[in-house]
Amino acid sequence: MSVELKERAAPPSPREITTKPRRSDQIFRLVVTIGGMASLVILGLIALFLSLKGAHVLVDEKMGFITGSAWEAITDETGNISESNFGIGAMLVGTMLCALIAVLVGVPISVLTALYLTFYANGKVKKFLISVIDLMAAFPSLLFGFWGFIVFMSSAEYWAKLINKYLGFIPIFDVPAPVFERAPFIAGLVLAIMIIPIVTAISREIFDQTPLDRIQAAYALGATKLAMIKAVVIPFGRGGIIGGAMLGLGRAMGETVAVYTVLNIVYQINWQVLFGAGGNVASLILLKFGEAGPYEVDALMAAGLILFLLTLLVNAAADVLINRFGGKGR
Amino acid sequence: MTESNNFTNNEKEEQMTTSHVTPSSLSSVASARAVRQPGTEMLGNGLETRGVHAWFGKKHVLSDVTLDFAAGTVTALIGPSGCGKSTFLRTLNRMHEFIPTAAMAGEVLLDGKDIYSPDTDVTKIRLRVGMVFQKPNPFPSMTIGENVLSGLKLAQLKRKNTDELLESCLIRAGLWNEVKDRLGEHGGALSGGQQQRLCIARSLAVEPQVLLMDEPCSALDPGSTFRIEETIADLAKTMTIIIVTHNMQQAARVSDYTAFFLSDGGPGEMIEAAPTSRIFSSPQDKRTEDYVTGRFG
Amino acid sequence: MNKAIPMPQKPWQPSGADKVKSLLIVLAAFVLAGASVELTGLNGKLGFFFSLFISLLVLNFSFHYFKRGTAAAKDALLQVLAVMAIVITLIPIVSIVATVFSKGYKGLHWGILTKDMALASVNDPIASGGLLHALVGTILMVGGALIISFPIGVLTALYLTEIRGSLTRPIKFLVQAMSGVPSIVAGLFILSSLVYPVTKELSGLMGSLALTILMIPTIARTAEEMLRLIPNELREAGVALGGTQWRTVAGVVLPAAKSGLVTAIILGVARIIGETAPILLVSGGGDSLNLNPTEGAMGSLPFYIWKAFLTSGTPESLARAWAGMLVLLSFIFILFGMARYISGRKVG
Repeated sequence: MSVELKERAAPPSPREITTKPRRSDQIFRLVVTIGGMASLVILGLIALFLSLKGAHVLVDEKMGFITGSAWEAITDETGNISESNFGIGAMLVGTMLCALIAVLVGVPISVLTALYLTFYANGKVKKFLISVIDLMAAFPSLLFGFWGFIVFMSSAEYWAKLINKYLGFIPIFDVPAPVFERAPFIAGLVLAIMIIPIVTAISREIFDQTPLDRIQAAYALGATKLAMIKAVVIPFGRGGIIGGAMLGLGRAMGETVAVYTVLNIVYQINWQVLFGAGGNVASLILLKFGEAGPYEVDALMAAGLILFLLTLLVNAAADVLINRFGGKGR
Repeated sequence: MTESNNFTNNEKEEQMTTSHVTPSSLSSVASARAVRQPGTEMLGNGLETRGVHAWFGKKHVLSDVTLDFAAGTVTALIGPSGCGKSTFLRTLNRMHEFIPTAAMAGEVLLDGKDIYSPDTDVTKIRLRVGMVFQKPNPFPSMTIGENVLSGLKLAQLKRKNTDELLESCLIRAGLWNEVKDRLGEHGGALSGGQQQRLCIARSLAVEPQVLLMDEPCSALDPGSTFRIEETIADLAKTMTIIIVTHNMQQAARVSDYTAFFLSDGGPGEMIEAAPTSRIFSSPQDKRTEDYVTGRFG
Repeated sequence: MNKAIPMPQKPWQPSGADKVKSLLIVLAAFVLAGASVELTGLNGKLGFFFSLFISLLVLNFSFHYFKRGTAAAKDALLQVLAVMAIVITLIPIVSIVATVFSKGYKGLHWGILTKDMALASVNDPIASGGLLHALVGTILMVGGALIISFPIGVLTALYLTEIRGSLTRPIKFLVQAMSGVPSIVAGLFILSSLVYPVTKELSGLMGSLALTILMIPTIARTAEEMLRLIPNELREAGVALGGTQWRTVAGVVLPAAKSGLVTAIILGVARIIGETAPILLVSGGGDSLNLNPTEGAMGSLPFYIWKAFLTSGTPESLARAWAGMLVLLSFIFILFGMARYISGRKVG
């Protein structure tokens, strides 16, 4: 065998391969792409039309629209509006308050439930529980609202009274008057129950994707289930779980009928979660819509625009987090 | 076919430091560990198996394996794919039971006690019987230093001299020089061979008596393989090593004893076990001879 | 030498003794909770459950601590928390379903599906009037929404799985964003773009359009998941036979995904069938049967329930509302059952 070393020629550069698509394929691609762009078009149109109708109100009220909390229009004898004062400040606070309570209560329960389903349950029981929780995600919000009002309210009110009694020294748990019925706290709890199925489903999917080899490595080192979850599952899924929580937040922020039935709408910024007054933007729109005159309708459109932009923002952040989950833990 | 597979201490006498053979109760092993330097004393009395069977659901995949592993020896498990070697390995540190349909029979004795008896703490077993996997699996969310010591954290073990332990484990795994300046970097930055040595260092940190290795070099290049084989020889001075390998040359290079597994369509069985030199030069069973001479495999 | 094969065992599973011990701990927790309720000021169901929760945690922790040390004790703690979480999750579901069935049952009567409310008011005795108009309205509106959403949703899914062009990430993001649009915003949009400027009246068609916005993301996402499940080998086989992409998709991929697409439809329908807010804004809700989607307010199940609840001065109206809810929930159950059945039958 000769051991000459031949000088190796440089490898050739790759050929460029192009295909000219057939006409039918070109049409196919066009049609499908147009269909796929529908979402962009629709979202754009929503923003457009809501702005068209509502922009002038925003211009009139300026920042007061967002910070002010009165919602009134004074008309003179001919029915024209002589003075108006539209501000969704109180409703924005209410939106955030109820949504925050929903997330603070709902997300830990969802994550623990997802841990149970992924790492503790198995076989038929697991399949059954997953079906049940997925089914709950399909319950109409109307159902949660009315169940919340008729069945849940009394228990929740009792809990609110208890919290006020023992923790009332903390400002947000204090109340100016002992009206606990229809408080943001209760709305928050109902919203929590509504978002649990969604956040649980997302968390469960993420936990399911935890790489098996890392899980085995942890167990092989003598880890208990808790130690394994802390060392492998949580770092892996952290980003995704937060994304799921934000999706739940978005859902809670935009919820209409459930909050409408449970929460008492009062035009005053209210931070005290146990006190029966508040409101959120969506339920305000619903409430005022029936009797609104044209100018007020535009104001409601402006409110809708702001709600739309807010939920869009939250959902965008959630999307980014879920799709790049973990970072270092990946 | 049923010749004695008991490797007695006689054959390894000259290599063992019998003066420090510890009694089989957990506490004395623990206290013995606490006073000595890591990596210098023989740990434990090896491992024994009696009539081990394994099933996945109704499928009988491993039949009646009785095999002893003496302290300080390296035993290779060879045989074609699918004959139950890895399954057998996983029964030794109770990783087999993670598969939902898994079942087993027989006994695995560590220091004379069956690790499957109802009152055993399985996490403690896994501390004493460690495992290195085929595909390196360092924890990506931890730094190199944290990876090595992760076993301590996971099992909630308290140690006073973690820096010393970290250094000695990395030295024994043959990785210290390459990473000593970058212990704060993440585990993913290393090459495949380095990651595998990191995993070996990680298993060493909890001071196991037995180290199981499931084809540890099959995903690595020859250079890394060579270095890991050197490490195995070094580690055998203080613990028992059982390595599953597809590579007969590797078995010939690193092991003192070799066991040949085969399945004829049914459950895998251990056909023959003998000192390595004998199994390759004069195997007793025809099937073993066919395999080691390359007539099938 | 033939040795008898021993029976397969699972020695790692909790033994009888272990299970008894776990049960005893739970019972002890109940006793402890009862005792603490007696002795302290906590009262009522909440007090009991709260102390039960604490007792379970404390007892489990101590038991495992003494048995195997801190690591095992903390592990037991997590297990208790996880089990409690699922119990807490299940309680509202059970309560809701039980409430709907027990209260809705009273409002059911033989004519409920065949009469409308044109001649009755919600406060009349149960047997007069029914929800025919609501049912028909829902079916018409959902059907209309489906006709538009299904093609768009499937086309979107096809873009994401078959064409995978440069717009893939933006489109995926947009579908996600669209699924977060609050339902009332969808209603406002239709209002501002179509009802006010163009038609100037509420109608079923407007309701369909508003529901479309909510339906498209669900269908697109589900269809995408189902299309992804079709193995690539099928597509390659089609192309290798000389098919163009369009023929491969139309002739091989879509038929293979048939059951998945049906599932997407079912889930899309389930998503919007109970939507109330947009309907309140753009469809109104008449009391009489209206078969024309383009003219006049159209009733729907959610509107029927809503109205009955809000004007509930009497037990009759409340019973009607719950009965309507029962019908709605039954539909959702049936839809879900169908979706499960279809995905269960899919060839893997």
